[in-house]
Amino acid sequence: MTLWTAVLAASFLCVLLKALGYAIPPRWFETPRAERSIDLLTVALLAALVAVQTLGVGQQIVVDARVPAVIVAAGLLILRAPFLVVVVAAAVVAAVLRALGLAT
Amino acid sequence: MNAMDAAAFTAAERRAWREGVGVALATSAYGVSFGALAVASGLDVWQTGVLSLMMFTGGSQFAFVGVMAAGGLAAAPAAIASAALLGVRNVAYGLRIAPLIGRGWRRAVAPHFTIDESTAVALAQSEPRARRIGFWVTGVGIYVGWNLSTLGGALLGDVLGDPRAYGLDAAAAAAFLALLWPRLRRRQAIAVGVAAAVLASALTPVMMPGVPVLVAALVAIAVGWTNAFGARSAT
Repeated sequence: MTLWTAVLAASFLCVLLKALGYAIPPRWFETPRAERSIDLLTVALLAALVAVQTLGVGQQIVVDARVPAVIVAAGLLILRAPFLVVVVAAAVVAAVLRALGLAT
Repeated sequence: MNAMDAAAFTAAERRAWREGVGVALATSAYGVSFGALAVASGLDVWQTGVLSLMMFTGGSQFAFVGVMAAGGLAAAPAAIASAALLGVRNVAYGLRIAPLIGRGWRRAVAPHFTIDESTAVALAQSEPRARRIGFWVTGVGIYVGWNLSTLGGALLGDVLGDPRAYGLDAAAAAAFLALLWPRLRRRQAIAVGVAAAVLASALTPVMMPGVPVLVAALVAIAVGWTNAFGARSAT
């Protein structure tokens, strides 16, 4: 598979899912069980991605400058900082720690 | 709808415009981080642009480039699956927005603009016309802004060099955390989030990059289906 194939296949599937919401009868999805499953699916995917992006390097688990950066991000989210502030702050923390040689 | 109605906006409709524009500006701004991360993960500027133009659903876009960054081309099937699974929630949004949208060409293009933000702004309005305004202003506004800022971020990322020196890898983790944060209100969601994070970390050394995230997703579906850890009063 080329990178282009992957980009187009993933995009196509996401477009299809958006269209599906307009095409199917609401009663199929508007059950507590289906709604709960969709909500938790989103939570689990995002939480797993946080963990892997914070600790993973390929197939290794590594504690580096990303960990303090994500802790700062969590603190800012508790303080209700906007998305962009949270993301930029995390980048700055990691970049500064690496520039000073305090973390890898 | 007639021409006289269209000329003047009620207070509720002005509020929908205001909220839509505000959310569109704020959301568009972080397209810069997506563009830069996508290029850092190995996509070229064109591929990055196609993701924002075609896929156009932020969580899925970040997931796709995140998995590609970790596993390269070998992880492409997992990247596609992650993006698609994160896009499943747009089905639920479509169900809620469909009754607000009339027939004809609007109905044909509405799905493309059905994302977290346009759904949230639309459903926060109390009148049908204000809801429609909230949906279109937010959805189309973000589409324009997100694609412009993605292009800017991608071009910037191309000249930056080593993404780690700028903390872009940490920015990706923070972006997922910020997307996750508003969803962690109930105890069941927190339990599932923690379990998914622990499971994905534990499986990382023994599975191909991207696959641990998918395994964590399957656990969430099982919990959702059986309502494990759920409040008994939740109906």
